[in-house]
Amino acid sequence: MQISMTMNGDEITREIEPRVLLVHFIRDELRLTGTHWGCDTSNCGTCVVLMDGVPVKSCTVLAAMADGHAITTVEGLATGATLDPVQQGFMEEHGLQCGFCTPGMMLTARALLDRNPHPDDTEIREAISGQICRCTGYATIVRSVKWAAEHPVVTENAGEEVPA
Amino acid sequence: MTITEAHAPNPAAGDADRPIGYGRIQRKEDPRFVRGKGHYVDDIVLPGMLHGAILRSPVAHARLVSIDTTRALAHPGVVAVITGQDLLGLKLAWAPTLSADVQAVLVTDKVRFQGQEVAFVIAEDRYAARDALELIDVDYDVLPPVIDARHALDPGAPVIRDDIEGRTDNHIFDWEAGNAAETDAVFASAEVIVKQEIVYPRSHPAPMETCGAVADFEPIEGALTLYETSQAPHAHRTLFAIVSGIPEHKIRIVSPDIGGGFGNKVGIYPGYILAVVGSIVTGRPVKWVEDRSENLMSTSFARDYIMQGEIAATKDGKILALRTNVLADHGAFNATAQPSKYPAGFFHIFTGSYDLQAAHCKVTGVYTNKAPGGVAYACSFRVTEAVLLVERMVDMLARKLEMDPAELRLKNLIKPEQFPYKNKTGWEYDSGNYERALRLSMEIAGYDDLRREQKEKRARGELMGIGVSFFTETVGAGPRKHMDIVGLGMADGAELRIHPTGKAVVRISVQSQGQGHETTFAQIVAEEIGIPPEDIDVVHGDTDQTPFGLGTYGSRSTPVSGAAVALVARKVREKAKFIAAAMLETRPEDLEWEKGRWFVKGDPSVGKTMAEIAMGAHGTVALPEGIDGNLDAEVTYDPPNLTFPFGAYICVVDVDPGTGHVKVRRFIAVDDCGTRINPMIIEGQVHGGLTDGVGMALMQFIGFDEAGNNLGGSFMDYLIPTSMEVPNWETGFTVTPSPHHPIGAKGVGESATVGSPPAILNAVVDAISPLGVTHMDMPCTPARVWAAMQGRATPPI
Repeated sequence: MQISMTMNGDEITREIEPRVLLVHFIRDELRLTGTHWGCDTSNCGTCVVLMDGVPVKSCTVLAAMADGHAITTVEGLATGATLDPVQQGFMEEHGLQCGFCTPGMMLTARALLDRNPHPDDTEIREAISGQICRCTGYATIVRSVKWAAEHPVVTENAGEEVPA
Repeated sequence: MTITEAHAPNPAAGDADRPIGYGRIQRKEDPRFVRGKGHYVDDIVLPGMLHGAILRSPVAHARLVSIDTTRALAHPGVVAVITGQDLLGLKLAWAPTLSADVQAVLVTDKVRFQGQEVAFVIAEDRYAARDALELIDVDYDVLPPVIDARHALDPGAPVIRDDIEGRTDNHIFDWEAGNAAETDAVFASAEVIVKQEIVYPRSHPAPMETCGAVADFEPIEGALTLYETSQAPHAHRTLFAIVSGIPEHKIRIVSPDIGGGFGNKVGIYPGYILAVVGSIVTGRPVKWVEDRSENLMSTSFARDYIMQGEIAATKDGKILALRTNVLADHGAFNATAQPSKYPAGFFHIFTGSYDLQAAHCKVTGVYTNKAPGGVAYACSFRVTEAVLLVERMVDMLARKLEMDPAELRLKNLIKPEQFPYKNKTGWEYDSGNYERALRLSMEIAGYDDLRREQKEKRARGELMGIGVSFFTETVGAGPRKHMDIVGLGMADGAELRIHPTGKAVVRISVQSQGQGHETTFAQIVAEEIGIPPEDIDVVHGDTDQTPFGLGTYGSRSTPVSGAAVALVARKVREKAKFIAAAMLETRPEDLEWEKGRWFVKGDPSVGKTMAEIAMGAHGTVALPEGIDGNLDAEVTYDPPNLTFPFGAYICVVDVDPGTGHVKVRRFIAVDDCGTRINPMIIEGQVHGGLTDGVGMALMQFIGFDEAGNNLGGSFMDYLIPTSMEVPNWETGFTVTPSPHHPIGAKGVGESATVGSPPAILNAVVDAISPLGVTHMDMPCTPARVWAAMQGRATPPI
């Protein structure tokens, strides 16, 4: 079957087997390997991408279900050489170690900050609670998201927050 | 920030914001990870690459009657199906384990655990390979399994390893340490003795990235390139050469970025071997990546120790002796990765942090119909089990003596002046200041206030618990005169090259799985020779590009490889002195070192920086006799002793009286890992280990039913802590440098995993002790805590 979607801002159309999972479509067909796979059972969240700005576990979404939607993967977070504040925050506050859960964590953080620019610790913990990190113990991820909240992207002259 | 002359007369010394050496700097590996440009095994795609999938046994113990692969082979996209019979022809049906045993690569005679490898399908894509698994028809003749290790040695128990000639039982080994007679004598006259069976249930490291490999065999050269999730690429290369017959110089192992290891990626699994066989058979590259259930059901588990603990003391709380008998469940094949002389790893550090008169331990290893393995999960070679045993026994003793558990520990800790301390089972603890660490943790916790609060809450019927643990680790294995794995001495190499423009590359034999080696090891070099960390590339994970060494596990990277890197940098620094002397037309002994630069004694304005010396080394200056025209060096480091990090942990829990649910309210961790290279990375290592502790103490275990079905085979059943189960960690530190390590560092990767479970368990038992509970085994799930609160046996695990 044929599907079309917006992938990190680009319009794409592909021919796929109907049963292909979105995570495999992204990784194998589009070769965007920043999205990872970790568990098969929707528990670990390393495969999280944004569908129309909302975090979804791409191992539990058929690629066909993404037809007509806008998908953002980790590769779409930065704007050219400019990192999203979330990406910068994870580096500043040691929000990652092995890096495997990181793309999903950062995308969930981006979605959280888009709807709640100043989350408290509990809100951040709740936002990432569907995702597992085996390395960090989460405290530094919370700090990373707070760093991003405190350093939003600002335009040069207006000083207003803009979506990354 | 900009460094001005006024602030930093020696730019190579750096400052707090931009240390050239030790200090908090951002990780060099992070820019690629935050952009999604990490490079893991499953990201690798080679031209013509095929995909493999493993058919696994649904039963735990069964004769293999027949396998019919006809339908699978006919499935579109399937290229080959490999069975045990095919491997027998290639002499690859069985592979040596890391513990002088063998393990079936594919079943030929009998299935020995649920999830064991039965056949390997190779297909054009991963979906076709998975489809074809369903089309293989296998006939099993099911046998009664041995699941409970307590019955493994019963007369008449089914013999699991009938593949080994002459085997009539499931016994693997007996091993002991310490002095039994001396210990018995102390117990015989002791005023107080406490006994308890303590079970450390089976768990699994479950890194986010499962295990996998891409094998690429090139038949004309007879060369194999194997990309795999390996914590020990060099050891794997040697073992692959021995197993496969491919000469070692024709094998290249590449471990790219690894998505967490925790010991899970030390062993050589059948899947890796099958990918290699698949590539040889098909003439094309073959990728195999296991799914989560395969990871949890077939790769290295951890723990599974049933420990009979006994502690002896005086009435006033002087601990005298410890003894224990341990039944160790090693699963169907003895594949545990321990130094050869130590089948129970370093369990004999179960004497802990206390000054004892006597100690004795005996460990009996047995086969059961469960997955093999045993090194895994941040255990520092069984120190995890040892620390749980001693810290539970000390806590139970405190309760019996009606003493505060922190007070009892303070009374018995080894004193600073007793180091180096020789314990009763043969270890020489290199250094420590235990009381300082415990007092610091109590201060951060507000220990006395917590006890007051607990008293008030108890009066109201609330269940608040405070748990203390103190651990001594033994890491950095190890001296080659004592330690090897399958005959390979546990040393590590390092090579350092300074390029003509003063940029550097250091090549190491250990392998990061997220620990930040690219940063930490660059900082060690920077500290020694004053080249900024950003100008130093750390190369690892490719046997063609790095010196030999045994890899990363048992918290050995900094203690062993870190020492190698410090020493190779010092070698380069010393060589630089001779070259600088030649450039300055003076004698080497007239030069003095400041970070980054040799200068003339008494005339600091005359000198040469490392960059200038590097250019000089490769230039035209006449070099002294015996000095080559480069600024390179290499070393192999054989550690003289292990290092002994330690820590004091305090956990505060609240138990819901109505449900048995445990909430970790606070956790205070004071760690001493000696010299601290990057405090940010150290804190991260500690946080991760504490989270593992919450998982093991409260949530996760791999259970089995009577038929041998694995009950923890997915993340639906094997519960991993999320952000909601863990508190904001409170950390502190002391610094007691290792006296024998070149930079005084001790390693920290596993400290918190080792030290935190007893603190949490002690807190839970403390919380429910008003109900008469003196002990329960982990995990403290609501159902199990509830049962303990009702005075019932906790549900079996």
